[in-house]
Amino acid sequence: MNLTLKIWRQKNAKAKGNFVTYKMENVSPAMSFLEMLDALNEKLVRENEDPVAFDHDCREGICGSCGMYINGHPHGPVPAVTTCHLSMRYFSDGDTIRIEPWRARAFPVIKDLIVDRSAFDRIQSEGGFISINTGSAPEANLIPVRKADADTAFDASICIGCGACVAACKNASAMLFVSARVSQYALLPQGRTEARERVRAMVSIMDELGFGSCSNTGACEAECPKEIKLTNIARLNREYHKAY
Amino acid sequence: MNKILFSSVSMKFVMALAGLFLLLFLPVHLAINLMLLKNDPEPFNSAAGFMSSFPVIKVIEVILFAALLIHLFYGIYLQIRNWIARPARYTTGTRTKVSFFSKFMIWTGLSVLTFLILHFFNFFFIKLGLVPGNPDDFYSHAHALFKIPAYNYIYLACFVLLGLHLFHAFSSAFQTLGLNHRIWTPVVKVFARVWSIGIPAGFALISLTLWLFR
Ligand code: SF4
Ligand code: FES
Repeated sequence: MNLTLKIWRQKNAKAKGNFVTYKMENVSPAMSFLEMLDALNEKLVRENEDPVAFDHDCREGICGSCGMYINGHPHGPVPAVTTCHLSMRYFSDGDTIRIEPWRARAFPVIKDLIVDRSAFDRIQSEGGFISINTGSAPEANLIPVRKADADTAFDASICIGCGACVAACKNASAMLFVSARVSQYALLPQGRTEARERVRAMVSIMDELGFGSCSNTGACEAECPKEIKLTNIARLNREYHKAY
Repeated sequence: MNKILFSSVSMKFVMALAGLFLLLFLPVHLAINLMLLKNDPEPFNSAAGFMSSFPVIKVIEVILFAALLIHLFYGIYLQIRNWIARPARYTTGTRTKVSFFSKFMIWTGLSVLTFLILHFFNFFFIKLGLVPGNPDDFYSHAHALFKIPAYNYIYLACFVLLGLHLFHAFSSAFQTLGLNHRIWTPVVKVFARVWSIGIPAGFALISLTLWLFR
């Protein structure tokens, strides 16, 4: 299929960016979105032009680095997939696709479609761990955990830190991400011990880094590639109120 | 200490509590307004008199104003922070499906505030003696106001906007307070919808009746 791409090009954080139009011919529906961009870049390199900078690593939906805003949706129009898993068969011949970077004060653009998501690492380093000496590995079944809690904790833990929640939110709020982190620990006995300190520290750094606040619109949940639920945000709120 | 009191999560907690308190006041006001439909001014006027003289109500009135101001200032503050959180906007319009009215809370809220100011000039300030008028006969005063078409248009528009505000606000407040439950949350959501449509509709119907049928 033939496509028209309108891609945000921006030299660096300071520069003013703009959309540049590229024509792509013979795009195979079997390609992933990133493979399609690879093909574009090969063409640009052959033509001695600057290739489009975009972030990627695993290309299997687990590292969270491939986020981009495609046709008004973080990670594109298909629910519950990352950009690297987005197949070109969801687009049709003749389509125009607009691609922008995440836009948030806390995620400044580095180049083109790449943003600096190290704000998430800062949040993670404030409480996304357990600081108890575990010693050697004990028998796993010594501490009983309710199946429902284990499942909910697991569902929260699969957040890949991609930032689509921030990108989708009209307030550029990181509450879904933070709530997933808080929940994954708060629900399990090992994480419970430090639940209070964790939630305080993570909320405090989240505010400090310039993310907006949550107004319960649900855009994050709608766009999260890992289907992290809004109930986690309610849990974050609850944990926070309990922590004081 | 500041970190606790002015963290986004705490501010939203306080806003939600203040908002819920304001929500509780609406049915009381509506119940009194229903007396406007009677031909006899006495029940309405004595209810209005009771509301402005009974000591317990006086205390509640102070809390009510405090709640209003907190809800207002926190709301504006958080909204400004939220705008700052995205300095460069997307050039592609968002296609994400969201709870629709949640996008306009600041605007529906500010519209309701504008009406409230008008409402204070029409009633509350008369009671305080700041604006000329007879505080002992709000019944006739209200009837006279509802005969003015322009007043009715503003009044009806305000209650539509209030309904839109509450439509998101009510259940959202529970989420903010951290009250989420497998069984109760859906029940709260239904209740919130009924409340946010029913109460403003009640106010609007009273005004329409007085305007068109009296
Ligand atoms: S909550 Fe979802 S959208 Fe947000 S960072 Fe995690 S995986 Fe990405
Ligand atoms: S490249 Fe790792 S999630 Fe897409």
